[in-house]
Parts: sequence; C-alpha cells; structure tokens
Amino acid sequence: MTDIKINLLVKVWRQPSTNSVGSFVDYKVSVSPDSSFLEMLDEINNDLEMKNLEPIAFESDCREGICGTCGLVINGQPHGPIPKIATCQLHMRNFKDGDTVWVEPFRAKAFQVMKDLIVERSGLDKIIAAGGYISVNTGSIPDANAMPISKDVSSLAMDAAACIGCGACVAACKNASAMLFVSAKVSQLALLPQGQPERTRRVQNMVKVMDELGFGSCSNTYACEAECPKGISVKNIARLNREFILAHMKSDNIEA
Amino acid sequence: MNWLFRSLNSSIGKKVIMAITGISLILFLLVHLANNLTLFAGPTTFNTVVKSLDSIKPFVRVIEVILALIFIFHIFNGVRLWYENKIARPTPYAVNGSSKNSSLLSRTMIQTGSIIFIFLVIHLSTFWSAFNFSDLHQTHTYYEFTADMFSNVYYAIFYIIAMITLGFHLNHGFQSAFQTFGWNNKKYFPLITTLGFLYSVLMAVAFSSIPIYFLLIGGN
Amino acid sequence: MAKLDSKIPAGPLQDKWTNHKFNMKLVNPANKRKYDIIIVGSGLAGASAAASLGELGYKVKVFTYHDSPRRAHSIAAQGGINAAKNYQNDGDSVYRLFYDTIKGGDFRAREANVYRLAEVSNSIIDQCVAQGVPFAREYGGMLDNRSFGGAQVSRTFYARGQTGQQLLLGAYSALMRQVHLGNVELFNRREMIDLVTIDGQAKGIVVRNMISGEIEKYSAHAVVLATGGYANVFFLSTNAMNCNTTAIWRAHKKGAFFANPSFTQIHPTCLPIHGEGQSKLTLMSESLRNDGRIWVSKFKKDMREPNDIPEEERDYYLERKYPSFGNLSPRDISSRSAKEVVDEGRGVKGGEAVYLDFKDAINRLGKHVIEERYGNLFEIYETITGENPYTVPMKIYPAPHYTMGGLWVDYNLMSTIPGLFVLGEANFSDHGANRLGASALMQGLADGYFVAPYTIGDYLASAKPKQESLEHPAFELVKKENEDLIAKLLSIKGKQTVDDIHKKLGRIMWNKVGMGRNEKGLQEAIIEIAALRAEFWKDVNVVGSDKDINQCLERAGRLIDYLELGELMARDALERNESCGGHFREEYQTPEGEALRNDEDYDYVSAWEYKNLGSWELNKEPLIYENVKLATRSYK
Repeated sequence: MTDIKINLLVKVWRQPSTNSVGSFVDYKVSVSPDSSFLEMLDEINNDLEMKNLEPIAFESDCREGICGTCGLVINGQPHGPIPKIATCQLHMRNFKDGDTVWVEPFRAKAFQVMKDLIVERSGLDKIIAAGGYISVNTGSIPDANAMPISKDVSSLAMDAAACIGCGACVAACKNASAMLFVSAKVSQLALLPQGQPERTRRVQNMVKVMDELGFGSCSNTYACEAECPKGISVKNIARLNREFILAHMKSDNIEA
Repeated sequence: MNWLFRSLNSSIGKKVIMAITGISLILFLLVHLANNLTLFAGPTTFNTVVKSLDSIKPFVRVIEVILALIFIFHIFNGVRLWYENKIARPTPYAVNGSSKNSSLLSRTMIQTGSIIFIFLVIHLSTFWSAFNFSDLHQTHTYYEFTADMFSNVYYAIFYIIAMITLGFHLNHGFQSAFQTFGWNNKKYFPLITTLGFLYSVLMAVAFSSIPIYFLLIGGN
Repeated sequence: MAKLDSKIPAGPLQDKWTNHKFNMKLVNPANKRKYDIIIVGSGLAGASAAASLGELGYKVKVFTYHDSPRRAHSIAAQGGINAAKNYQNDGDSVYRLFYDTIKGGDFRAREANVYRLAEVSNSIIDQCVAQGVPFAREYGGMLDNRSFGGAQVSRTFYARGQTGQQLLLGAYSALMRQVHLGNVELFNRREMIDLVTIDGQAKGIVVRNMISGEIEKYSAHAVVLATGGYANVFFLSTNAMNCNTTAIWRAHKKGAFFANPSFTQIHPTCLPIHGEGQSKLTLMSESLRNDGRIWVSKFKKDMREPNDIPEEERDYYLERKYPSFGNLSPRDISSRSAKEVVDEGRGVKGGEAVYLDFKDAINRLGKHVIEERYGNLFEIYETITGENPYTVPMKIYPAPHYTMGGLWVDYNLMSTIPGLFVLGEANFSDHGANRLGASALMQGLADGYFVAPYTIGDYLASAKPKQESLEHPAFELVKKENEDLIAKLLSIKGKQTVDDIHKKLGRIMWNKVGMGRNEKGLQEAIIEIAALRAEFWKDVNVVGSDKDINQCLERAGRLIDYLELGELMARDALERNESCGGHFREEYQTPEGEALRNDEDYDYVSAWEYKNLGSWELNKEPLIYENVKLATRSYK
C-alpha cells in the first residue's frame, strides 16, 4: 500500500505465431512494488490495448502458485530470481528502480512457442497418459484404511506429488530435460503400495514417451531442483534412474 | 538382445553408460596414479615397475583394449548426449541465468572432457607410444625419458592444466555417476559428494606433482 | 410450477439413492460405445465424470480452455474434503454430515441431494486413496482427519495445504488413463461458447479453438457442463483468472434455468487489495482465526502504524459483538462485520482492510508454536505483502470465493434442457445458501464419480436420444451467430479496455450485490448494470484478430455474460426478501444484526428462466423438509 513506484525497462519476447520470427520489444513501466510481476504485465497490456496495440500474450490462471499455468523466464531464470515460487508469486519489490528485466518464454524443442510468451506443454500430459496413474476403475476399491501406509512414506510421496507440472524444470535444464517432472510422478507412485502392480511398466512407458517427445537427458546439474517452484528434490531423479534400471533388468517385457 | 540395445539407447540408458564407463575410468586412474607415484621412489624403482609390466605384455594388451573400449564408449556417448541435448533446445535464451541455478563444473563436462581428450591424444602419442613402440628405451631409461619430457616448461604446464581440468571433470563426474545409478539418499549422498571432491583433488594434485617435481629438479 | 420436476425418488431419505440406482435403466455394455458424451471442464467434477464414463465404455470428449486438464481451479482448494467415515470414533455419521450441510446451507438445499452427497462421501475417500492420493496419515499408517468450520466432528481428510491439487491430480490421472486407452478424447485450448439444442434437447456444443480462432462444432447424445463458478463477476475474487460463466450462461440463454444466482460466499480472510493494478485476491486459510485477533482502530482514518496504536484505542469488534464465538464467528458474520467497520472509515489507514493480530498468541504460546501452526501461511503472506506477520499484524479483507448458485438441476443432475447435465460448482444443488468448508471438493467428486455415471446412463437408456449430424442447420446457425458476435466485438473499437469495464462491473457488484444488500442498492445496481452493458457495446475496444490467439477477445466474450449475469444476481437478491446464508438483506435482520430467514415465504429455490435480455421469469421449486426441523443459527 505504498505510493512509491519503481521504474523499469522490461524487454519482452514478442512472436506473433509459432512459425514467425520473434524479437524483444522494450516497455518502460512505472509500477507499485506491491504489484505482482504478472500484474505489471497486465498494466503494460492495458496500456497497449488503450493504444489499440496487441497485448502481450502470456498465460496464468490461479495466481497463487498452484495451477502451474504461468511460467516465464525472467532474467534467465524460470519463475524469476526468488526460489520456490511460481512467476505469479513474484512481486515487484524484488526489483530495483532502474533495473532492466528480460522476459522470455520457456524454451525447449518439446515446448513450442505458440505466441509471445505462451508455449505448448501438452507433452507433459502425454507422459502422464503413458503411465502416470494407478489403473483403478471408479468403484472397484477397498476401504481407504484397509492398507496402512507409513507416515514417512506417505510424506515422501506427497513431497513428490506436489509437482505443479509447470515445466520450469525443463526450462531451467541446459538439456531441456523433463526428468524432474517424470521422476516426481514415478516416485510418488513407486513409493505407495497402491502403485506396486504397475511399477515396472509405468517407468518404462513414461520414459519411453519422454524420450520420443524430444526432451533432453539429465546431466545432473540440478538446475531443475533450484528453479522448481515446489522444491521437488533431485533425489526423485535418482529414484527414477533406479526404477528404470531395475525395471529393465527384472522385467520380462522385451518390448519396452 | 534388442531389448538391451533399446534400454541402453534410452536417455537414462545412455547416462548409465556414462556412469559405468566413468566409474571404470575413475578406478583406472587410481592404478595409473599408483604407477606414476613410483617416480618419486627414484629411477630404479620406476624402471623396474615399468619393466615388470613388460613381462606380462599380453595381459596388459588385453587390459589396454578394454580400457580403449571404455574410453571410446565414454567419449562417443558423451559427445552424442551433448549433441542430442543441444538439439533439445534449438533456441537459446537471450539471458543465460544458469550461473544462478547450477555449478559451472556441472555445466562444462563437454568442455573439460574435450580438453582431457586432447590431452589423452598427446599423452598417448608421447608417453604411451614411446614406452611401447619406439626404440627410445635403448638410449634412455623410462625414468630419464619422463624427466626429459617434463623439463620442458611448456609441456609440463600443459600437463598441469590438463590435470586440473581432469579434477574439475571428476568432481562433477564422481557424484553424478552415483546419482545416475540412483544411489542418492539423505544419509550417504553427502558422503559420496565429499569423497568425490577429495578424490578429484587428489587426482589433480598427485598427477600434477610429477611434472612440478621434474620441473623443480630440472630434469635430473 | 409444472416446469420444475426435481425427480426426487419416493421413499425414506436413507433409501432414496439406493432405490433410485436400482430403478434406473442401464445401457447394455456393448451399446455404450455407441454413445457420445461431451464434457466441458476438467476440474474435479469434469475429470472424474469423464474418467468414470470412459471406464464404462462411453465415447467421451473432454473440453478445456487450458493447455492441460490439470490446470482447472479445483487445484487451488487448500483445506480438505469431508467424508462421514467416522474414523475418529467421534460420533460422525452419514446423517450427521447430511444435517451439518443442510444447516450450514441455512436450510435452502434439497434434503435428498444433500443426503446422497453425504452417503457417497465415503466412497470418494476410498477411490482417491486407491488412486494414490497421498492424504495425511498418522504414525500408525491410518488416515488423519482434522476439524473444520460448521462441524463438531473431525471428518476432514487433507493432503497438507494442497488437498484440491492432490484430488484433482488423482482425477486427472484417471482421465489421462482413459485418454491413453482411447475412451476419452481430449480437446485442450477450446472454450465452449454455445450450446446447441435441437427440439429442446442438448445435442452438442460450439467451441472456439483458442489457437486458430476457428469456431468448431461437436455433436453428442448428451452434454455435461462442469465449468465451475462465477465469482469473477466481481472482477476481484479468489477464483482463477480464467474462471467464467460463459458455458453455463449461454446454456441458460438456450433454456436452462439458473437457480439462486445471488447466493455467493464471501470469504473473510483474504489478502486486501494493494492498488488499482490488483488482478485477483488470495485466500488465506481460515484456520488463522483460531489464534489471530481481529481489530481496527477506534478512530476514523487513523493513519498510525498498527504497532503505534495503543491497546485501549483498538476495537476488537468481533470479540465485542459476539463474545462467545468472537474471532471464530462464521464466514458471513465475520465478513459483514469487517465491511461495517471499513464503511465507518475505521479500516486500516482508512482503507479496505482490517488487522489480524498474532501478538497475543505469540506472547501466550511462544513464537515457535505459532510458526509450527501457521509457518507456511506466514511465508505466503510475506512473499505477497513483503511484511513480516510475526512483528506486524496481518491485513485481511473479505473477498468473493464461491457461488452456491448455478444452473438448476433435478435429482439426476439434469438441467431443464433434456440431455444437459450440470456438475460441481456449476450447478446449484447441494450447498443451499452457504457452503461449509471442505464440502466443495466433496460435491465435485460425488457428482463426477458416483452420481452422473448412473444418471447419464439412465437418460441414454430411457430417453434414447439420437445424435444429430454436424451438418444439421441448428449447428450451422449457432456457429454463424457466434462468428457474428465475435465480428461485432472486434468492430466496436471504442475507448475502454475490457478490464476497465469489468472493473466497473465489479465495483457495482461488490458495493450493491455483495455482502450487504438492500432494496435501494439492488434497484440501482439493476439500472447501472444495464447501462454498463450498453456502454460496453458502444465503447469497448477488443484488440487483435479472430484468427489467432486473442486473450483480449476471450476476456471480452466472458464479460458479455457477466454483464448479463450480474443483473440476474441483483434481481434474484431483490426478489428474495429475507436474509439467509451468504445472502444478507440489510432490511431483514434481527435487532442484534443477525440474518433473519423467512421460511414461510422463501423456502424455495429460485429458478430463473431466460426470456429476453434483461427479462426473466421466476419459477419456484418449493423445498420440502421431511426429516430436519428448520432452526435459527446462533453464534452469540
């Protein structure tokens, strides 16, 4: 609720469509430090619309850091400079008067730019469709307390399940690898007793689709963990590797 | 065996190859270092050790072939991964923020690896070929040859730089291999990382100590 | 009245659903794949319905305007999900959950629907656990529960503060499995902009492809809307940026009745507005009121910093007015009281916020206890506001959160248009005039997993609807209408942006159709909204083209509907001359300022039938209470 404003030069990637050439466009803004980063973009857009110019296309939805829709690379960092938050939770008080701020879309072969800062991340859905579930039909179920699960295991599974599917791990990785995303789901389900029947199939099928979609492989730089808005640990990637190696060694499925 | 080929060709499979060959090379370096350190025990010891290897030449040759295969796999796979990973991000970022989320050493494995590769070529073409295939040893002892080589300041400095680069490569590579095998847990991983750091420092310092030693004593 | 048949099955309350399930017709397993079902929305209700119907063998098409079905706003629900498991042995039962929900809804919900909701609640927990939802557990490995507002038992299951996320991801994974198996076809980045009816039956939808801009037609035997609530009519609410009323509103204009539109829940503990640029409001968990004390200065426009205001100059107004419940007074009371003191000019520095102070709790329990209880909430607060709530009191203010109203549905969740089913927050069915905490997730999943799969099958088996060809003139007509509408929007080229006008609407709604409503204000609102609608069509500027990603056009299309819905909300609030739940008419209160219900004249569901723009006909569905006795809520 301060009246002081900070002045910034914001350089935003503008690209009319997937196949057109993009470039950075400069915007001078004067914004309240209490504004969120996306509200700052809203203000730029409102001004552009007033001038009958096309607003910057960017995605966001819940603006509470849980839906995973928003995702911008700000000064080279997915979701900006503050750890463990999504772009929508970044506030302008983290910038200084006179700063230049570069805003780019997530970049990966598997994440095509659709327009300006919007990228297509449905590859992540395809990976989940390949096996990121427990095959149980509605109704064919035992009582919820029929199978006790240790609090520690449940808590570890929850740590992994907290993934919001934003794709920042892919954007941060120098190889545009989706390993952290895949490992979070594989870990959650490999840890829980409900996930055991499909344990080997799941990891094999999910990794296969991940590879087909053109994501890179893991170089263990751990940039993904550093930029993950939910702080998902790279220990999950280790677990994914382990699950994958064991699945291939043990499984009789020679087609995988 | 198609399934094996497919498994090893997957993104994780290729990493597993890097890790297995990497760990093998880490073990080889220990043996190699032990050998080299006998230089400090003086000409007689060193010459005896090298000669004794001569006496089991066929065995050494087999080991060398295996070692060569390991190197080739490691290098080929490394370059392949680097190339494929480049393709996974066709458009680079205008601002590279990677220094804020990852360590320099983890991001430069291909660069440090390339320097080590250049070193390897030079190393093989000088020491290894001289020890194995030239008639140099008729005029020099192995020890004298080594001392001669390192009395060249430029050559010695090149070696030292290469060994420091090797240290950098190993520092990331060591713990990275364990992560790839899936051996990362709360209790033991900090130990592995520390061990990797100590190992890489040991390799860099101990291998460098030889050119430094000969540089200081001036080839005598 | 003949128009509204709630189709509540006969028989005792406990047996209604069981008997109904038996009496419903079934579709032969081999025939299921001959039926196409369209589902709009991929939140808890939509995703769970799509997965369940796909498992049964129907050919399902799911539409979402997101890039991925996992983005739906169900994901943001924090607190938990209720179920009558009675795992805590504290006297819970299906009947108690039913009763609490009816009472919490201030006796404005259908008994039979609410009882069914309570009945299937237990299966939901079983289902979610089987899917791998990592609910909180005790050391013994059993599921943990916590208590929530409006209940005296611990029946809320939770997964940290991310219950909605985990439940949605469970439903999403079940959905993606069906996508993988080919039973469900997924259409992302498609926004439903109209319903196609032929001979009065729902036969398909028309959507805008948000990438290409193309208007696409889809036909089916039945259409399911699970498109959530409409709190964004206020511009600022806790809803996500894209939540909108378009799907249900355009279905309403095609003949689906809209029930209880004015029933809105205003959540008392949200973060206040920081300025003009505010885009949405963030909810802070209500649990903060367990230890925080709410106060404002005794003086108007007191510009001092909170810590400079001495104790004797502070007004702990909730503790003063409601000595027995104090800071834990129910949502509606607590929200209204905050508005009162702000209207008096005693809000934080004369603005729209009140203090929520933890100083006494920290002094009494120690900082570590408060940190343990609310640590992550305090962190969220500091990220957003930049202030440390351990040393400076939090600032909070109420915000629109949930809409109990929605399309009218019968017991089978079918609207007044045959073949059009409405699930989750988009329908009106289970929460009456006020929703209890942790009940929204329960309703979404109950509808999707356990109700709609039966009732839709019954419709298909008994009505035997036939699928219409996309070449049918009705499809072409609706497509053409919408193309014209878009062309018209793009041609106005006025001087105001879409958001400018939406903010104006929001202000009217908040001031006159918000927490406290009165006859004069509502009459003014009706006139003002109509005027603003005219202003929109004259002066809005929708930038860009229709053959492209155009977020400006998307927002403009949604605002058209808000500008019409806002008026209906005001009309509904004006018609209901009583106070109940989230609907508070200032004329109808007890001398102590409590809501005064009028069961004699208003114990009905208001179902509005669209006639023309600005003209509706009210149909009443009387609420018959055979099992519970109507009582007055008291929190003094």
